[in-house]
Amino acid sequence: MKFKGRVWKYGADIDTDKIIPARYLNTSDPKELAKHCMEDEDASFASKVQKGDIIVADKNFGCGSSREHAPIAIKAAGVACVIAKSYARIFYRNSFNMGLSILESDEVHGATDSGDELEVDMDSGVITNLTKGKSFTARPVPPFMQELIKAGGLMESIKKRG
Amino acid sequence: MKPMTITEKILAKHAGVKEVTPGELINAKIDIALGNDITAPIAISEFRKAGAKKVFNKNKVVLVPDHFTPNKDIKSAEQVKILREFAKEQKLTYFFDGGEVGVEHALLPEKGIVVPGDLVIGADSHTCTYGALGAFSTGVGSTDLAAVMITGELWFKVPESMKFVFKGKLNKWVSGKDLILHVIGDVGVDGALYRSMEFTGKPIEKLSIDSRMAMCNMAIEAGAKSGIIAPDAITKEYMNKRAQRPFKFYESDADAVYAEVREYDCAKIEPTVACPHLPENTKKVSQLKNITIDQVIIGSCTNGRLEDLKVAAKILKGQKVAKYVRLIVIPATPFIYNEAMKLGYFDIFLKAGAVISPPTCGPCLGGHMGILAAGERSVATTNRNFVGRMGDPKSEVYLTNPAVAAASAIKGRIAHPDEVSK
Repeated sequence: MKFKGRVWKYGADIDTDKIIPARYLNTSDPKELAKHCMEDEDASFASKVQKGDIIVADKNFGCGSSREHAPIAIKAAGVACVIAKSYARIFYRNSFNMGLSILESDEVHGATDSGDELEVDMDSGVITNLTKGKSFTARPVPPFMQELIKAGGLMESIKKRG
Repeated sequence: MKPMTITEKILAKHAGVKEVTPGELINAKIDIALGNDITAPIAISEFRKAGAKKVFNKNKVVLVPDHFTPNKDIKSAEQVKILREFAKEQKLTYFFDGGEVGVEHALLPEKGIVVPGDLVIGADSHTCTYGALGAFSTGVGSTDLAAVMITGELWFKVPESMKFVFKGKLNKWVSGKDLILHVIGDVGVDGALYRSMEFTGKPIEKLSIDSRMAMCNMAIEAGAKSGIIAPDAITKEYMNKRAQRPFKFYESDADAVYAEVREYDCAKIEPTVACPHLPENTKKVSQLKNITIDQVIIGSCTNGRLEDLKVAAKILKGQKVAKYVRLIVIPATPFIYNEAMKLGYFDIFLKAGAVISPPTCGPCLGGHMGILAAGERSVATTNRNFVGRMGDPKSEVYLTNPAVAAASAIKGRIAHPDEVSK
């Protein structure tokens, strides 16, 4: 799978309260959650984000709560994938389970600005900054997680097991 | 057999294998699976979408709608209704509502629902609290919870362990909360990412279960998968009165392998504050001058237990909360509420001018029962001080132990307990 998108760049330790504040967790409706995505970090994000955009972040993205509402809000907002230096572990697990594409790269954050256009090849892990003309390779997705994705997420893999 | 840590031993046992190695992927049987009013609705929806009809074991799926209780609005009432109807349909043994509900991570140990040696998962990041009883417990998301509700099993990557060795004697007013804030200040909010944090040393062996729970509760704030303390005579005494099932003590082998070992001299650890907006921004209380406050919260799954209310009552006895400051005390469970009332703490709190809230997570996550306006500042015995955590994105939260919180309520600024109590 290959796609192009415009970058929204954020810093380190973007916590789940920034991704979707708990004051909106009285619902799990993806459309409602998307309206408030990233609100406490960047109040303009939810109104300006376009389908296919890409979030690029520094280390420890998604730290804090276990709320699956965080990857749900990002996906429902139209974001095609997140590229960060590292992820908090529950967010990482949740993303694979519910089908938000995430990649890990040490280099992309430092070499990218908000508004840049990236091309991402999910199969090879090659990330190209088309605006700056530079290419990077994401850390490979562990084989077990690849199998989960192939199965269509955790619930599908369970159904297949019977 | 190869030497293993307590965490590796519990995981091996539940995976049905003799030994496990960090990095290895295992499928393990779950003793208790927990959900709350925020995370369980999605899990229940996934459960139904998968075509499942019955939970794997009605004694092992626990639902605690504690976050927005008493229901703060129509939407949150609808969420709890989903849990209540599911609990009825599945005849769940452990569903807590109305006057029985308490903050999940205070309630489950108190009721003896989780026991030493267990493997517990919860769709709540602070599920790591039960490491205080010598259980492996970790937070997961709603889909993971749904998978466990159906199969009773879940995959795990065996974490590396990190050992934190405490030495010396605790200073006055220093509790488990200060030790864990000190550690997070040292390693950072991702300093233990994916790892298990094992807390050891003589001072830990002397800590009460309440203080041990405050420590393990915040392992997630260092990015850890779990926190754990070897069970001992104190654990045994706590469990004997409560355990709903037989339990087993595990301990790390003397030659077990750790990714890292850190030592702390407790003589150097003072009452500690995590300043906005990350739990790693720690300072000694004595370093903070004239930080005026608008609100104080004493409660939560970190510090809403009886020991916490006891020290707050000791400091607040005969004192008044500063003018223009709101003090909100939130006993974490109905049992703690009742005990605090019988012990006379409520008289002390009310005379001081405090509000006593029913058990709830409430303001800790900016839900209700004590939300901050723009520009306001709260001291809280809770576990997170992220931007907007307790209300407006322009408000601030300072994390402390209950003694510092009580002293600060009296002074109207962040204060050392020695300033108001000798």
